[in-house]
Parts: sequence; C-alpha cells; structure tokens
Amino acid sequence: MTSSATNNNQRSDTSMKPVLRLEGITKRFPGVVALNNVSFDVRAGEVHALLGENGAGKSTLMKCLAGKHQAEEGSIVLEGQKVSFSDPMAAKQHGIVLIHQELSLVSDLTVAENIFLGSLPLKWPNRVDWKKLRSDTDKILSRLKCTFKSDDLVGDLSIAKKQMVEIARALVFTPKIVVFDEPTASLTDHEKPVLFNVINSLREHGVGIVYISHRMDEIFALSQRITVLRDGEYNGTIDTAQTNEDEVTKLMIGRSLELDHSSKPTEFKENVLEVRNLSVEGVCKDVSFNVRNGEIVGMYGLVGAGRSEIAETIFGLRRPSAGEILLEGESVTVKSPHDAVARGIALVPESRKEQGLVLGLNCRDNITLATLESVSSMGVMSPKKELEIYEKYQRELKIKTPGWAQKVGNLSGGNQQKIVIGKWLTTHPKLLILDEPTRGIDVGSKAEIHALIKDLAKSGYAVLVISSEMPEVLGVSNRVIAMYSGQITAEFNADTVTEDELVQAITGQHKAASETSLQAAGL
Amino acid sequence: MVNVKNISKVFGGIQPIWLFVIAITVFFSFMSEYFLTTGNFMNILVQTSTIGLIALGMTYVMINGNIDLSVGAILALSAALAVDLQSYGLPVALFAAISSGILLGALNGLIVWKTGVNSFIVTLGAMIGIRGLVFIYTEEQSFYAENFAFSDFGISTVASVPTLGVIFLVCCLIMHLVLTKTGHGRNTFAVGSNREAAADAGIRVGRHMLVNFMIVGFFAALAGITLATQMGAATPNLGRDYELWTITAVVLGGTKLAGGFGSITGTLGGVLAIGILRNGMNLMQVPAFYVLVILGVILIAVLLIDQKVNRKSGQEVNV
Repeated sequence: MTSSATNNNQRSDTSMKPVLRLEGITKRFPGVVALNNVSFDVRAGEVHALLGENGAGKSTLMKCLAGKHQAEEGSIVLEGQKVSFSDPMAAKQHGIVLIHQELSLVSDLTVAENIFLGSLPLKWPNRVDWKKLRSDTDKILSRLKCTFKSDDLVGDLSIAKKQMVEIARALVFTPKIVVFDEPTASLTDHEKPVLFNVINSLREHGVGIVYISHRMDEIFALSQRITVLRDGEYNGTIDTAQTNEDEVTKLMIGRSLELDHSSKPTEFKENVLEVRNLSVEGVCKDVSFNVRNGEIVGMYGLVGAGRSEIAETIFGLRRPSAGEILLEGESVTVKSPHDAVARGIALVPESRKEQGLVLGLNCRDNITLATLESVSSMGVMSPKKELEIYEKYQRELKIKTPGWAQKVGNLSGGNQQKIVIGKWLTTHPKLLILDEPTRGIDVGSKAEIHALIKDLAKSGYAVLVISSEMPEVLGVSNRVIAMYSGQITAEFNADTVTEDELVQAITGQHKAASETSLQAAGL
Repeated sequence: MVNVKNISKVFGGIQPIWLFVIAITVFFSFMSEYFLTTGNFMNILVQTSTIGLIALGMTYVMINGNIDLSVGAILALSAALAVDLQSYGLPVALFAAISSGILLGALNGLIVWKTGVNSFIVTLGAMIGIRGLVFIYTEEQSFYAENFAFSDFGISTVASVPTLGVIFLVCCLIMHLVLTKTGHGRNTFAVGSNREAAADAGIRVGRHMLVNFMIVGFFAALAGITLATQMGAATPNLGRDYELWTITAVVLGGTKLAGGFGSITGTLGGVLAIGILRNGMNLMQVPAFYVLVILGVILIAVLLIDQKVNRKSGQEVNV
C-alpha cells in the first residue's frame, strides 16, 4: 500500500492512521481470479474513491469487506484489530455498512419501520414502541435533512428519497465505514447535491467513506484520495488534489479517453418518426418532434420529465390521449410491443436487467429472441441459422464473450448492452430508441457504445437517444430536444448549444426562448 | 456438502434427479426380488403415466412462471365425459373429453392473461369450481364403461409394451422436442425468466401463456381418459390431489417454481422417482401411510440437495 501524502484537501486534524485496512485480499471464483492481492485503506473522516472499469473487482472487494463474500487470502484490520465477517450482519455490527446500487427496502412498510427493520424498539412484553420508533427516526431524518416523514410508505418515495432511507438505516448502527456503490446511478442532477451534502456531513462526523462511481466529476468533487483497480489488481492510490481526470483514466484503462464529438452522421433523409402534438395522460402534453433517416436525436431532461414514457408510448406500451404518431409519413396506432416490432421500432430500455435481457438465457438465445420466426421453419428453430445470426452481430458489435453458450448475466455491462442492441438489429428496425444507453457502463465501453450508435445512424437507422448525461447527449446527437415536466421546452443544434442553455431548458427557465433556439439550430 | 459436489462432478451433465432414480433403482433391486423385472417396470410405467402426462404440460406452465392447480378436477371431468358419453359413440365421447380439457385450460389462461391475477389464485378457483361441475354432472354417481374396446385399451400392449406407457413416452419425446427446438419452447423460457423483457422483444406474452394453459388442459384431459380406460370407470372423486403429485414430480425434476428453468427430461425423472418409490415400498410391504411420510421427507431432502448443488454453481454467475 502506498503511504500517500496527507489529506491535503481539508481537515488536517484527521488522524492519519487508517480506521480500516484491507491487506492482500485475494478472491477466486471458479475459473476467475476476481481479486489478486489487493490492498486498500480508509481513514476516519475521508472520502476514498474506488475506481475501475466494470469487472475490475470494486464490488467484489467491497463485498469481501461487508461479509457477503469471504476472501481466500488476506486480512481485514479494523481499528488495529484483525476481524473477519461471516455475513453482512456481522460486518454491520462492527460498523461497516454497504449501500447498494440496488436498494433493499420493503416498499409496503413505513420509513420508520424500514430504518429500524430487525431492530425495532420494543416495550414489555413484546410490543413495538411506536413512540420511540418515531422519535428515533425523526432524529435521524432531521440529521439527514430529509423532507419526508417517518410515517410515509417507502413505496411512495422517489428513488432519491429511498436512498436516503437506506442511508438512514446505516446511521442506526453508528457506522465507522460506509460504502456507497454507484449511489448516483439513478439520481437526477437535482437530487445529487442532497446526497453529496449527506456524504460530506458523515465525513465531518469522522466516518470513513468508500465511494464507488464511474463519474469523474463526482469523484473529484467529493474524494480526498482515489484508489484504482484494474482487472482485479491494485493499480495505485493517489491524492485527489494532485491529479486530474486524464491521469486517473489512464490508470483505469491504460489509455486516455476524450469524448469524441467528431464522426457524427451528417446525411439525413426523410422523416422516419414524426410525433405531432402527442399527449399522454399524466405524462406529457403537446409534444412534437421528428427523427430522420441517418440522424441521431438526443432527448435530454431530468428523470421524471416524461422522456422514457414518450418512448414507451411510441413503442406501444402506453396509450396516447391526443395527437398522432407518424412512421414514414403514415399515421399509426401502435397497439403493443409486438405491433411496434412489426412496424420496425426497436427500444433499448433503461434497465438492462429488468427489461432488456433474459438473464436465464445465453448470449445466442438473447440475440435471436426478437427474431425467432426468421430462424424457424414451421416453428422449429434452426440452430445453424441462430448461430450465424449470433456470430454476425457478435462480430459487428465486437461483443466480448467466451462463447455463445455463456449466460448473459456473466457479461460486463457494456457487453450486455451490446447484446440488447444486437437483439434489436436482428429485426432490421427503421427507428432505434435507446433509453440511457450507457447507464452503469464503464468509461471504456461507453466510448465504444457511442461509436456504435454513430455507426448505426450512418448506416441509415433513425436513432433517438434518451439520456440524463449531458456529455453523452452532446457528444452523440445531431439535435437535442430538451424536456421539462412533460413538455418540450427547446430544441438545439448539439454542436452549438452551450451547457447553460441546456440546463436552463431542462429546469423550466427557458420556455420563452424555445422559438429562437429552434431558428438558431438552423433545422 | 463436499460429497454432493463431487458426485455431481463425476456424473457431469446428468441431472440430479436421474442420479436419484438410479440410486433408488439399485436400492430396491437389493431389497426385493420382484423389483428388477420387466413386468414390474411395465407396471411402474403405466402407473406413472397418468401423473406423467399431466406433468408434461405442467412443466411448460411452470417454466412460464405460472401454475395450474385445476388439473385434477379437469382430469375427473374428462374421465366422466369419456365414459358417460360412450352411448353416442366412442369418438364423440373422446372428443368431448379432450375438448373440455383444452377449453377449461383456455379459460384459465384467458383469465390469467386478461385480468393479470396470479395463476395460483385463478386455477385454485378453477379447481374448486370444476370439481363442483363434476359432481353436478355425475350426480355423485360413478360411471362404468359399457364399451369394452374402451376398457380393453387400458390393458392393451404394443410390441409387448403397455399402450399407455407408449403413449406417455411418445408424448414425452414430442414435448421435449417442442421445448428445446421450437420458438414456442424458447419463448417459454424467456417469458418465465423475464416477462417484461420478453414482452418488449415482441413476444405476445398473454397469448403465449394461454397456449401453455391449453396444453396442460389437454394433457389433464388425456390423463383422465387413460386413467378411465385402466379402471373401466369414472368416479367423481377421481384425480383428487393429482395437482399436488404433478407439481411434486415437476419440482423434483428440477423445474423452478419461479419459472425460467426446467426440462422434460427432468420431469420424466421426477415422475419415475415417485413411481419407483411407491412401487418399491409396496413390494417391501411398507404400510401405505408410512409411504406418504417417506415420500414427503424425500421430496424435501432431494430439493435441499439440489439447492446446495445449484448454489455452488450459481456463485459463478455473480462474478
């Protein structure tokens, strides 16, 4: 482990002795060495960012720490004492808490019940002490500056608020170490500052924070030190103040990456999709836009602005209450996803694992899932044709897998996303809608997916990209549609718009300016 | 569980239930001199064919992530129709019996599809209601087959193999091929594993599930007919608890209750395991109620071992 320099960012009074040290952790899974002799430490009152591409071993390392996995070699030293945890509860009782990417809350219980789940305060003989439960909960909620109440049902809360409940749950145990695994993956730009404030206040209370994220801006804003893992190996620890994004990226992937604004498609032909005055009950109002052959249109807005819902309406999952959808100039009513596929619409959904992939099936079966009829005669599938199709898209999309029989759950996020895209290309769609195409995907694969999207547009697909990430929208699309609260507030040329203009448009400060910007876009 | 792991390693791709079938076959061969004879095995085949036929359809429905509890009642109705309507001629009776199964299956599927109510609840209602229909139709009487061709069929043989056994094995083969080689089979797994992703891929999930409910209805009705040919009669209480035995066999065969995973070969193993256990214990003259206790214990034990083995390989997925 490097004995790196002082935490020069803030708080010089922090003890330099780490609260927690992981030494020489090695974890093997059948056929893979997930972690090889990795060391890592956390000091009290610091945010230590843990970085690495997907599959680099970050989550595995944290699972070893939190008692979900047991390492074969190496030791965990907490406050000078060697410890080992057989399960997550043991780790919790030692003050080590993991806040997952996937939240683990019971939606039918109240906030208070969730926070104290498993440790509800009791009154003799065995009744829940509701008064104490509420007051204890209120104390924690006010510490986190939460706006919701202890009696609210967790199921009714937004994702950001649910995450706060999860953090509140951690505070019950007076934690020494809190691990955040991709906490902002499903938060909007509006909700993030609240989380960051909480993290900073935990840090000021002397809690050691491990922060796992793909987002460089967050890491540089929050952390004091950065540790990089690559392919299961420790690849160095640096002080955040003494480095920059480029250096960290190089450490992560062995090369530096710049967002590629070039090589965008340039030739657009006729309209493939035209949406006229579309309204959907409770989702959007009077939305009009178009996407042409060979063009990439970005749809940018906050979560909840109605972007995914518009995509779902086009794909036949929701019914419009007014307006019309035209495909290649013809007004259509898309009745179901089956209908949408038949009409040449493809939707790469927001959540790969829930909506995009069938995790129980292998790579080949997932790719051919939407086109089984074309590889079958009289309902009987031809394994040869299936394999041909799989091999074609595996080659074209550069999907890295050990073989077609690999279960898709074993692939990295980037390769999983390519499988979903490949599945749609087999249906030869005219319109490709991608909802958050690079969510939870590491930097290297992100660039590959972006290049892929551009190539697809150049080969004639009309592409609609929905994204919450500004660099992605600007880097990929020709035009950007900004949405705010169910309405389109502005439309920009992606190469000339400024970040300020975009932010204003998606926060509702831009309505009046939309006409001028349309003209400015020259489209 | 080291032993279990090693065993499954040695036998490679063999499904755990088949190892179990082999083990109990060896065990009973030593315990009873009557067990390991061709005649006894033909017996087991015929005895298991009733549950076996239903289990074939049930496997599809369960891989789909659904369940059908009404199969026992459908079996009873089908048997009653097949025997009672023989006065209109055998073809009419058989047609009516099979149609009733397919129609009731379609009704189950339609309700599950259109209302979105869990199939457990829908078919639980169907199970109670259809059993009521059987009692209304039969007026609590048993029917006896007057057409001797019907009862003779139940004890006939094809090349010295019982016809009912042949029917069951042929159905096994067909259902295995449909599940592994056709688009419908692939969709069965896809829908069970991730219904949302399957729907988004353009699969008509509702219609697909409807077809599988019709398939299980068909097999329940067919089992009703074959059972009636064996007995030469139909009673209103026929097929009580058969839904539970069927589900037991399918689950023993490795099909997951949650859906997305399972096979016809596993189901065949599960059906045979139950048949062999019952037959073997009978030959050993174990009292009937003890047989039930032992079967219950074995069901849980086999699933426990299966879970341990699967969890070992399941960890790889998390890498």
